[in-house]
Amino acid sequence: MNARLLIAGVLALASAGAAVAAVQVYAPARSRQLWGTVQQGKYLARAGDCKACHTAEGGKPYAGGRPVPTPFGIVYSGNITPDPDTGIGAWSEEDFYRAMHDGIDRQGKRLYPAFPYPWYTHMTRGDVDAVMAYLDTVKPVRQVDRQPKLGWPFSMRSMLAVWDKLYLDAKQFQPDPKQSAEWNRGEYLVDSLGHCGACHTSKNMLGGPTGGKMQGGMAEHVFAPNLGAGERDGLGGWTKQDIVEYLATGSNRYATAAGPMAEVVQASTQYLKQRDLEAMATYLKSLEGPKPETPNTPDNDTMHAGVALYVDDCAGCHMDKGTGLPNVFPPLRASSAVQAAKPDLLIAVILQGARSPATSAKPSGITMPAFNAKLDDAEVAALTTYIRNAWGNRGGGVSKGDVAKLRSTLASAPR
Amino acid sequence: MARKLPEVDVVLVGFGWTASIIAQELTEAGANVLALERGEWRDTVPDFSVTHIQDELRYAVRKEIFEQTRRETMTFRNKSDQLALPMRELGSFLPASGVGGAGVHWNGQNWRFLPTDFMLRSHNEQHYGKKAIPDDMTIQDWGVTYEQLEPYYDKFEYLCGISGKAGNLGGKIQAGGNPFEGPRRREYPLPPLKRCAATVLFDKAAREVGFHPFPAPAANTSKPYRNTLGVQMGQCTYCGYCEWFGCANYSKASPQTTILPVLLKKDNFSFRTHSSVIRILTDSDGKRATGVVYVDQNDREYIQPAQMVVLCAFAHHNVHLLLVSKIGVPYDPQAGTGVVGRNYAYQVSSSVNVTCKERLNPFMGAGALGQVVDDFNGDNFDHTGKGFLGGGYIALWNTGGRPILQEYLPKGTPKWGAGWKKALHEDYLYSTHMQCHGGVMSYRDNYLDLDPTYKDNYGNPLLRLTFDFHGNEKAMSKFLTDRATEIANAIPNRGINAKPREGDYSIVPYQTTHNTGGAAMGTDPRTSFVNPYLQSWDVPNLWVMGSTVFPQNAGYNPTGTVGALAFWAADAMKRYIRNPQPLVQT
Repeated sequence: MNARLLIAGVLALASAGAAVAAVQVYAPARSRQLWGTVQQGKYLARAGDCKACHTAEGGKPYAGGRPVPTPFGIVYSGNITPDPDTGIGAWSEEDFYRAMHDGIDRQGKRLYPAFPYPWYTHMTRGDVDAVMAYLDTVKPVRQVDRQPKLGWPFSMRSMLAVWDKLYLDAKQFQPDPKQSAEWNRGEYLVDSLGHCGACHTSKNMLGGPTGGKMQGGMAEHVFAPNLGAGERDGLGGWTKQDIVEYLATGSNRYATAAGPMAEVVQASTQYLKQRDLEAMATYLKSLEGPKPETPNTPDNDTMHAGVALYVDDCAGCHMDKGTGLPNVFPPLRASSAVQAAKPDLLIAVILQGARSPATSAKPSGITMPAFNAKLDDAEVAALTTYIRNAWGNRGGGVSKGDVAKLRSTLASAPR
Repeated sequence: MARKLPEVDVVLVGFGWTASIIAQELTEAGANVLALERGEWRDTVPDFSVTHIQDELRYAVRKEIFEQTRRETMTFRNKSDQLALPMRELGSFLPASGVGGAGVHWNGQNWRFLPTDFMLRSHNEQHYGKKAIPDDMTIQDWGVTYEQLEPYYDKFEYLCGISGKAGNLGGKIQAGGNPFEGPRRREYPLPPLKRCAATVLFDKAAREVGFHPFPAPAANTSKPYRNTLGVQMGQCTYCGYCEWFGCANYSKASPQTTILPVLLKKDNFSFRTHSSVIRILTDSDGKRATGVVYVDQNDREYIQPAQMVVLCAFAHHNVHLLLVSKIGVPYDPQAGTGVVGRNYAYQVSSSVNVTCKERLNPFMGAGALGQVVDDFNGDNFDHTGKGFLGGGYIALWNTGGRPILQEYLPKGTPKWGAGWKKALHEDYLYSTHMQCHGGVMSYRDNYLDLDPTYKDNYGNPLLRLTFDFHGNEKAMSKFLTDRATEIANAIPNRGINAKPREGDYSIVPYQTTHNTGGAAMGTDPRTSFVNPYLQSWDVPNLWVMGSTVFPQNAGYNPTGTVGALAFWAADAMKRYIRNPQPLVQT
């Protein structure tokens, strides 16, 4: 298997090199990349989860075309296969580094920050080169990039220069000498490659980072929970080992990855080395949480309506007291996702269903069906209110309007 | 003109339990395996979702997930001098169509056969004399023993997460389990399911009359489970929608809930749905299978070459495919020669309804939630003077409390109208029933062949089933029903309604889907189509799985034995792949 991969890799490298040589005056020395560098790049590309966004549903790996919904419209991921005309086969290492570090492509065009260069910018040059060395070995696909669908003024790329000026902190990662090597490695993985903050840090009107680091933000259409401290809605109650298990297998005693995070675990974090996951956990455990808010107290009628729905529709898997079943169905009690500041994630899971990541440690990909056809807005509101406030949970009430709004957003979202 | 496709190492006909097991085992050994399934792809979500699966009308009455007779069926008659007619609606048995096969809609009643079941002829001859076996009873030994299969039974049980209580651990009888079972190496992976009110009454009554009840082994998980492949299963919710439904909670063992999450991720496995295999191809001297011909949903024909062909379809289909492909000698009931179609067998079931004095909870159900008495199965009791051989179990199953088909009202209750409503109102929550589940011997005049009149969609003759119950089975069934009535009498009750199986076999009312035989296994190529490793005597790279190979039927549900035999055969196939020779020389 390895031998076959090696041969395929060498062939792909050779052909990519040849293609580059044909169009570039300053053909880079990439065709001479070492096997070890390619393997390092493959690992880093997984840590950065490049493939998930750069592969459309049913499409060829890394050929792009996947719609990435943003509050400003839809941006499509680019073709990063080594095809010289439509991919990045003609790019030099300099070009690639500029894209990763400054968010500017080979033609000098500014890229939209849906491509997480505000995080990749912190990567070391060596790591960026290794990623490129790996991408040179994937199968070239001829596929022209799709143009974004953005409303004015976001459709004007010149706007991006302003954005970069405001929000891009283009500097390479510098270790903090006051912290351990493990913590620093964790910060590097979380804040640069992992680009966790792209979802888990809140964004302002212009999509720039705001508020506390990793204290919760919007991921596509739903709220990505706080990864900072916080017993109720953060990782305060999680041990390092809980975080490692979650990232390695897709679930732990508190939570199961769903939605975009399920893809992250399945395509990225399950492949990371144990010591890298431990480093990420060490770093995450050092983060502060948001100021605790006092959630509103739901009324008794809603709670009564909710418990009846819960027994009918949920208790079979999540159990009477919201404890779930180990390794199979996630608990709802003491869950930070359930008690998150915004109820969107919980509502979205009920409306759309959720597939847990199918990892090599937990291969089943256990799936919850969509209840959108079975439950109306008032029922989902009562149910989520109950779940967010039962068994010691304190998440506050959910209104019918919250559900209606998210239902319509999800219905019109590109899938 | 059929399009020829690139060759694979192994092609599997069908994609249910046996195909999933063979595929998992052979892909681990490095083979490139392809499964061809005539039905569609199905998975827990969205196909069996908790949001819609509890629809008795759609699934149980209108039979949505079963074989569709307008696409595939067979003809039937009781005796060879009758004209067989096509079965236009499913009734007596319910084969599946679609990925997972009947493993999707089974109850999960998972048994091991008795050690004596595998040596049926020699054991009975030894105990009761050669004369005890009538001339037309064509029973035979399997060619494999319980001891040989034990590790494979264990493997299947730990794959499925069977809930139960061992009755015989390494020869030591265990309190609370089945004292009649063969020795097992270890306990079941999970403890028994919880009991419901009716099974508690049954247990007490059966003990009172001197029998030995125990909790049925269930492929419904009593607790969350990680199986031997790491696949995760939920805990049964006792919703009562197992039989004829797919499980919504990942708690009934099926290919989907135990093997496919691992198998489908492999690069050396693939499957195609809507692909009906219509012929097995052989080379010019018929000694080697070269692949299969299949037809897709747009009637396009394909040739799929393969180094090995494994028949993993339902019992009838495997035999049909052998007959239309002209492989093996077809059985001739007059001369008593030939093997393909020989020794078809079924099961004989009867029931006893009880209207209890105590109020029950029929709604707490699971496919294999039951207490069982095995005192009268196989040769667990002395048959001297009984006038029959074989036996079966008596069980009180509480598979569910579904509104349409699961009401066991007192004798004489009208079928509809005010009287029916009154009985339903007064008796439904007090009613339960026991099942007598008996084996059927094989006979010279019970067999499968090709119908001379009717043809299928592809122009092939339909399979013809000639089958009837014999005196032995009728006597045995009466004996079992009488024992069940004894138990019923020991339950405080307001009425008992015993329903013995009488008269000729009818293909109309549902009885059991446990059809067996037609390509029996054995040690003699004159009376078996496959050797004890499930490898064809005539065509050594052709293998037959499933209950098709049972030489006669036992008194148990067959899936446990079907699973064990598949693992057993898979080990033999791995040896065959290294050295492609007949594993038993003739």
